[in-house]
Amino acid sequence: MNKENVIINIEHLSKSFGDKKVLDDINFYINRGEFITFLGPSGCGKTTMLRIIAGFLNADSGRVTMDGNDLNGVPPHKRPLNTVFQRYALFPHLDVYDNVAFGLKLKKMPDDEIATKVSKALKLVSMTDYEDRDVNSLSGGQQQRIAIARALVNQPKVLLLDEPLAALDLKMRKDMQIELKEMHEKLGITFIYVTHDQEEALTLSDTIVVMNEGKIQQIGTPTDIYNEPVNSFVADFIGESNILNGTMIEDRKVNFIGHDFDCVDEGFGENVPVDVVVRPEDIYILSNLDAAQFVGTVQTCIFKGVHYEMTVLTDEGFELMIQDYNSFEVGSKVGFLIKPNDIQVMKKERTCNTFEGEMTSEESVEILGVEFDCGVREGLEKGDKVKVEVDFNKIDLQDNLDEGETNGSISFILYKGNHYHITVRTEEGFKVYVDTNDIWDKNDIVGIKIAPADMRITKISE
Amino acid sequence: MNGKKLISKTYLALILFILYAPIVFIAVFSFTEAKSLGNWTGFTLNLYKSLFTGATPSSASLIAALKSTLIVAVIASAISTFLGTLAAIGIYNLHGRRKTAIKLLNNIPMLNPDIITGVSLFLLFVFLHVSKGYVTVILAHITFCTPYVVLNVLPKLAQMNPNIYEAALDLGATPGQALRKVMIPQLSPGMISGFILAFTMSLDDFAVTYFTAGSSGLETLSTYIYADARKGGLTPELKPLMTIIFLVILAVLLFVNIRTFKKTKDKTV
Amino acid sequence: MTNIFNKRSSWVLPYFIFMVLFVVLPLVLIGFYALTDSNGHFTLSNLAAFFTDAKIINSFLVSMEVALENTIICILIGYPVAYILADKDLNKSAVTALLFILPMWINALMRTLATAEIFNTLGIQLGKGTLLFGMAYDYLPFMIYPIYNVLNKMDKSYAEAAQDLGASPMTVFTKVTLPLSMPGILSGVLMVFMPTVSTFAVSEILTNNTIQLFGSVIQEQFYNLMWNQGAALSFVMLIIIGITMYISPDKDEEAEGGLI
Repeated sequence: MNKENVIINIEHLSKSFGDKKVLDDINFYINRGEFITFLGPSGCGKTTMLRIIAGFLNADSGRVTMDGNDLNGVPPHKRPLNTVFQRYALFPHLDVYDNVAFGLKLKKMPDDEIATKVSKALKLVSMTDYEDRDVNSLSGGQQQRIAIARALVNQPKVLLLDEPLAALDLKMRKDMQIELKEMHEKLGITFIYVTHDQEEALTLSDTIVVMNEGKIQQIGTPTDIYNEPVNSFVADFIGESNILNGTMIEDRKVNFIGHDFDCVDEGFGENVPVDVVVRPEDIYILSNLDAAQFVGTVQTCIFKGVHYEMTVLTDEGFELMIQDYNSFEVGSKVGFLIKPNDIQVMKKERTCNTFEGEMTSEESVEILGVEFDCGVREGLEKGDKVKVEVDFNKIDLQDNLDEGETNGSISFILYKGNHYHITVRTEEGFKVYVDTNDIWDKNDIVGIKIAPADMRITKISE
Repeated sequence: MNGKKLISKTYLALILFILYAPIVFIAVFSFTEAKSLGNWTGFTLNLYKSLFTGATPSSASLIAALKSTLIVAVIASAISTFLGTLAAIGIYNLHGRRKTAIKLLNNIPMLNPDIITGVSLFLLFVFLHVSKGYVTVILAHITFCTPYVVLNVLPKLAQMNPNIYEAALDLGATPGQALRKVMIPQLSPGMISGFILAFTMSLDDFAVTYFTAGSSGLETLSTYIYADARKGGLTPELKPLMTIIFLVILAVLLFVNIRTFKKTKDKTV
Repeated sequence: MTNIFNKRSSWVLPYFIFMVLFVVLPLVLIGFYALTDSNGHFTLSNLAAFFTDAKIINSFLVSMEVALENTIICILIGYPVAYILADKDLNKSAVTALLFILPMWINALMRTLATAEIFNTLGIQLGKGTLLFGMAYDYLPFMIYPIYNVLNKMDKSYAEAAQDLGASPMTVFTKVTLPLSMPGILSGVLMVFMPTVSTFAVSEILTNNTIQLFGSVIQEQFYNLMWNQGAALSFVMLIIIGITMYISPDKDEEAEGGLI
């Protein structure tokens, strides 16, 4: 990185609320003049990060520097940055002019100078002639413009925007996106933007920081992130995608949905389990079955305005989503083709559940904070520290909480063509990964059951 | 349907009649001079004159009691409003067990019967060897008034955009400036209603004042009336005074309510 | 944290300290005085008086009886008032509701004195009957207001849903409206019952001192400089309040906030 160009640098930033780790050792930098977006689902830590940069929250550890100066302990009113808040936070007792002039008046700027600056700022957001209006009488979009003008009039080096368009309707949101982009180009200052809307992030940003559960998943340009997601979370969160289990047979050859495909990825090794991502628009449908790599049947077909979105069932029993400009009749037999370039292979983060635990007797083990029956284990005794491995599909989720040894709530669901890959977070905060054909909803509370025979227990030698 | 309406209206009218009968009764007989109520000896404004001039000894001490009542009420409700507003902001920003604990503490003076509050503060001042007078009475009034201010300000905080304070800091305001320029203007409706409530609670109080004024000679209207009633007579000038107080309160309440009514109407337009 | 007041939760500190000094400490002192004699030595004799002194027991029982009767009267008269006031078909004006709480803003002693004067004028003998009338008169607004508040905020669709499912208007009231307004009734009871037990001046004026309520007994003991004995009776009352608070479900805070 070019030091000259960096405006904000974030090192080892961590923050917890109670037991919950909201930011976990975050490191990255922001370039001068960049439009950078923190993107992630609610609760991923993106807003917390913004609030730490703005100075409304203190990090537990780590530091934020701006132009080389440590911002730690600098109160918000002394930081050279301004914020556009989620629900605008305009002062309802002040009119438009006084809202925009608020910061300048605090600086004791002469009145005529304030007047010039305010009208310039209002012009920038196309709100000239609204000076005397009561802010409560403005529409959501107009309030948003005033909030932006109120921040920009102070000429901050960095503008922070906390989901500024979330409360607007779709049409207004699209218009404002274009205006924000133009404003950014015109002003040349750094914009830090927070959103959970992936489309908004892709449209606006120079750089996207994808976050989940307090960690940065991927940093990159919109194209990088869309075309080369580094893991299944990013692939699933950004755009539509088919995420499938596969095996890297050798360099440039991957097997998934029961077929071998040529691809462009190398260096994974031989016969290594991987995740494969194929975007719905990258699967070509052919009525000519002979030329196809694999065949299947059209299950549903919905017109989406520009393209058709279809779900198809391959003869091997995998369900795929496909987008195409042509429609195919439901029930018809079709062939498919995927180009090597369009197959994105990702290293699997894990291939089975691994829990650390301790034997509580010869036939029981404590993992996930509770005791599980594990059958008689030769060579292990009470007090032994052990590693317990359980395959994803060997964990049984129960509607009836009493039937599980422990319970948890479903925090993430990924469809993998012929089964669901589910992340369950237990009450004690452990994560359990499950492959299942049952359909669950996010936040469902489930009982977790593991059959004794399905635990692979090995002693950890110290 | 119409029958139901008629019965309801009649019922309300009957209860209102009973509620207001004593007040109207007093008001009517404030315009005559007879010692005992119910004895009309012709229309005269003499009692009003005597009340304002303090011509008789009884009216002079009544005016003195009115004065100290107002002094106590103004000081106590002003301090309560300040303390309660700060506290409400604090409570709003607290979380978990601490918030529950403080809210519980805030409820105690409201749930305690007056006599308990009075007795407990009496014992406190005895215990601390504080001589009774204005200071003890005002402190006691602050004690039972502030919780009502807190309860009136808290909902206004909940209605407020939580980012408003931060927005002010973000634009360069110090915490003090943010409080003065942004928070207080936003909270003022709650502070005003809290102040009015505290003021009337203070005016209305008898038991707490009785126990905390001691034998200092400090008389408020309530203790004056109590002493009056014990003696078995009613100072005649009380009648015009009560009539005036009633009209003032009526005017203030109507004013406040019409104003808030108008405001809500303005917003919906 | 360079400045402690940067953290807004700490703004509660002055109030907290004030409350500890003027609410918690005084209540502790009631307990302290209740359990000591005039020389500061530990004793249970002050408390024992509550169970042995016939005059005290009698006034306590009378107070409970009067308070119970007053509470019931207030519910019986106040509930229909609150119900009519909250019903948009029967009452369209918010000012009518205001009229019912307006008397609360006038000095209670003044109103009581006026009531007593009316009884005198009408030639009615002061006693239990006039006491109950005056008490109900004083406390009725405290019952009406919380019930009105709950009923006013109640979602109409509950009653409509019950009607839709075939309930008669009477059933709608007994099975839906009444159970849902219970929190209002409860906070009304809290605002009427204990204060009735503990009033002293009001009962004296309204009965010409023929009936002594518990509050009067406490006041009398303090008046006669029997602080420890008075504190013991206050302590008993405090315990009763504590128990009622503990067993009554969490009451709706909104029911009492914002009286204007």
